Amino acid sequence: MAIVETRDVRKHFGDVHAVDGVNLTTKEGEFLVLLGPSGCGKTTLLRMVAGLEDPTGGEILIGGQVVNDLPPRARKIAMVFQSYALYPHMRVFDNIAFPLRAQGVPRAEIPHKVEWAAGLFGIEKLLHRKPRELSGGERQRVALARAVVREPAVFLLDEPLSNLDAKLRTSARDELQQFQRRIGTTTIYVTHDQVEAMGLGDRIAVMQGGKVRQIGTPQEVYDEPADTFVAGFLGSPPMNLLEIPDCLVGFRPEHFLPKEAHESRDGLLALKFHISRIEYLGADRLLYGALEGKFPDTKVISKLASTVSTPVQPGKTQDFAVREKDFRFFDRETGLRTRPRPV
Amino acid sequence: MATLERDLRAPAAGRRFGFVLDRPEWLGPLMIAPAVLYIVAIVGLPFLLALYYSVSDISMGRRTLGFVGLKNFISVIPTSKFQTSLQNTFVFAIVSQVLVIILANILALALLKEFRGKWVVRLLLLLPWVAPISLGTIGWLWILDSIYSVINWTLEAFGLITADGWPMYLGKPYLAMGSVITVHVWRLLPLATVIILAGLTSIPKDIHDAAQVDGASFWRHHFQITVPLIRPILLVALLFGLVFAFTDMVVIFVLTRGGPYDTTQVLASLAFFTGIQGGDLAEGAAIAIFLFPLLLAVAFVFLRIARRSEVT
Amino acid sequence: MAAGTGRRWGLRVGHFGVVGLFTLFTAFPFYWMLVTTFKRTSDLLKRGNNPFVYNEAPTLENLRVLFQETLYVRWLVNTALVGVAVVVITLILAIPAGYALARLTGRWGEQLGIGIFLTYLVPPTLLFIPMSRVIGDLGLQDSLWSLVLVYPSFTIPFCTWLLMGFFKAIPRDLEEAAMIDGLSRFGAFVKVVIPISVAGVLTVVIFSFTLVMQEFVYALTFISSVRQMTVSVGVPTFLVHGDVYFWGSLMAGSFIASVPIAILYNFFVDRFIAGFTVGAIK
Repeated sequence: MAIVETRDVRKHFGDVHAVDGVNLTTKEGEFLVLLGPSGCGKTTLLRMVAGLEDPTGGEILIGGQVVNDLPPRARKIAMVFQSYALYPHMRVFDNIAFPLRAQGVPRAEIPHKVEWAAGLFGIEKLLHRKPRELSGGERQRVALARAVVREPAVFLLDEPLSNLDAKLRTSARDELQQFQRRIGTTTIYVTHDQVEAMGLGDRIAVMQGGKVRQIGTPQEVYDEPADTFVAGFLGSPPMNLLEIPDCLVGFRPEHFLPKEAHESRDGLLALKFHISRIEYLGADRLLYGALEGKFPDTKVISKLASTVSTPVQPGKTQDFAVREKDFRFFDRETGLRTRPRPV
Repeated sequence: MATLERDLRAPAAGRRFGFVLDRPEWLGPLMIAPAVLYIVAIVGLPFLLALYYSVSDISMGRRTLGFVGLKNFISVIPTSKFQTSLQNTFVFAIVSQVLVIILANILALALLKEFRGKWVVRLLLLLPWVAPISLGTIGWLWILDSIYSVINWTLEAFGLITADGWPMYLGKPYLAMGSVITVHVWRLLPLATVIILAGLTSIPKDIHDAAQVDGASFWRHHFQITVPLIRPILLVALLFGLVFAFTDMVVIFVLTRGGPYDTTQVLASLAFFTGIQGGDLAEGAAIAIFLFPLLLAVAFVFLRIARRSEVT
Repeated sequence: MAAGTGRRWGLRVGHFGVVGLFTLFTAFPFYWMLVTTFKRTSDLLKRGNNPFVYNEAPTLENLRVLFQETLYVRWLVNTALVGVAVVVITLILAIPAGYALARLTGRWGEQLGIGIFLTYLVPPTLLFIPMSRVIGDLGLQDSLWSLVLVYPSFTIPFCTWLLMGFFKAIPRDLEEAAMIDGLSRFGAFVKVVIPISVAGVLTVVIFSFTLVMQEFVYALTFISSVRQMTVSVGVPTFLVHGDVYFWGSLMAGSFIASVPIAILYNFFVDRFIAGFTVGAIK
């Protein structure tokens, strides 16, 4: 078990600052998710922790030890790749045994350990197959078993679920989390999928432009976004943003409801909403349109649960409202959170 | 925690050399170096030697080696043997390449279609390229024989020539050049065809479909869609073909030995007969050196054109 | 409708004709070698005879002469020995170089790669004169070792280039996984990259071997004694005595040394072409 720490880590490719001064410290046994759009530097950061890329500057510590000069094999880490990177010329057994052999584990112990790792993921029956004879889900389990078998201090996972179909992804997510809780190894998980990040992470580090914009529990990053990027990136659809004289004010689509749908009349800010289009998504409806009156022509979205029975119609202007405590305020220049003020 | 720190530190101290095998900036040069050194020693040095020999008086028997400036060039260039050879080199290379590119295009288009037994056809078409060229040319030597040529027998059987009018394919100046070029085309056609075929198959089918939907006729389709798209690859085929044609002496050595009366002599074969068989290494080197600017120009022009067509 | 079918038939016949004519052109010399191999000399050298049929009973005499009265077998063995040695040298030097160019070197590696490839285009006819002197000074004149030494000069450049393409096509993840699993960069190359590149290595083996079989100029220059000749030089020089050609044996020797390797080559041809056209095809 180990803590991973990065101190002002940078990676520059010529003029491109892929990672631009990242300070992060995991907790013992934590499941930390690096979340961000593609090109935000999350994978580069993970690869630097793994030792697959050299940082341009800064230090990486694993278990309190600076590992910048150690090759990947000396870092006591395991990694699962997006493609799983199973060795195509080896059977599943040999794939799982590969790290043990590479590290000189005594021959006699290998079969026992491989069986243990295979057992964790229920793939004992597949040990004699070649990777190409496995389904996507099976490959992913083999990759996990290969990562676990050497009992690493840290797990690094690079979008390991993105090659699975949607249905399998949900169950794999569940298994992955249960498994991580059971073995309690510090895990860093890279993804661009916010649902995955919210569901899996003890904490989420939201990255953009090579920097960490916010780190916190899923609730924290969703409910209390540190800046407009996080507010816009998390949540689907993203937070609505309005301009008021000296700052930006945001509110989530699900907090923007018809006046009657709010439980109490107190502390509400009423807004005229011209609905132009409605999307039915089953459990929810998304209402696209623009505000009238105080904020003319500002495009906003409302998300209504199917339990809201107030009739809504495209082409009509209706009375909507947001609770004042659901407003979040951001500095107009920097995009950072600022103190609340009256709207 | 303590054990982990020890684990992490131990290999750092213990396998210092091992880390050379990890650093790309060390490992890369280390892995390339042997191949590069070998090539420098076996290609680079002899090339420099060739340059030096061409300005020296070296010959087969002598051990000494004196500098004579441009004497070899001065004595070689004015000879009619050399000038004929230079001219023949161009005729040989350019005519054979024009033919190869035209024929290879036709053949590649024909092979684009799927048909039964295609792999056998492909094997037969590739034979001239794969078989040792000296041996394939021996086959031609027999086919073109002055007395027993199967071609002449067939032509006579069809009444196209008379028994006493059999052409001497390798004995008459123009016929000999024609024969040498034919055999060279025969030899290089397969390579050019498969290269062009690779280019044709790399064009997405959508593009052909779109051209058809847009109502392009066969010729318009071919010359305005297909040819521009495979131009880089045509250049590759041409580059290889020209280099092989400019420098080859095997076909000529086996078929005509440069004859009759040097009408098929090219620079490469002249260098061989002068330098190796004649023993005058210096003059042979001076002749061979003339191949180099030719090659350089060919390679340079084509790399440039290829790069430009890549950008646009 | 009828016109349409007629047109389609016309196209088919035309297509068949084009392919047929070309095939006849490329394959006829080899067919003719095969036919001539079994003909009696008296049959061959009678002017009135129809050359397409056996006017006298077929014979194995030409083959007997080839195998028993010439050093043909010896030449084949020589060619094989040189071939094996050259293949080994090529693999030892080209595999690491190809990998390094594919993975370990950045921009300068790309330039170097093109440079190495261009040396493939430097022809023997430019180098054989100084080379003959160097070989003489090394005391390798008339020895198969001279060929073993010189042939890698054209096998290494092309094979390095081919292998670079193969290695580039291997997903990086595999090597990185191996490095995390406990191997060094070099270890990952040896234990993961090479085993999954078997097809590429085999291609290089076949390709180098055919190049060795085909080579003529160096062998003609360096080797003068009949016992040391390779097959591509031995057949056309030794079997021709002045104006006397042993046509039957010549054809037999040419056919036997050409066609089997061509069949083998045919299985790998797409990969060679990929090597020739790297960069020109998207």
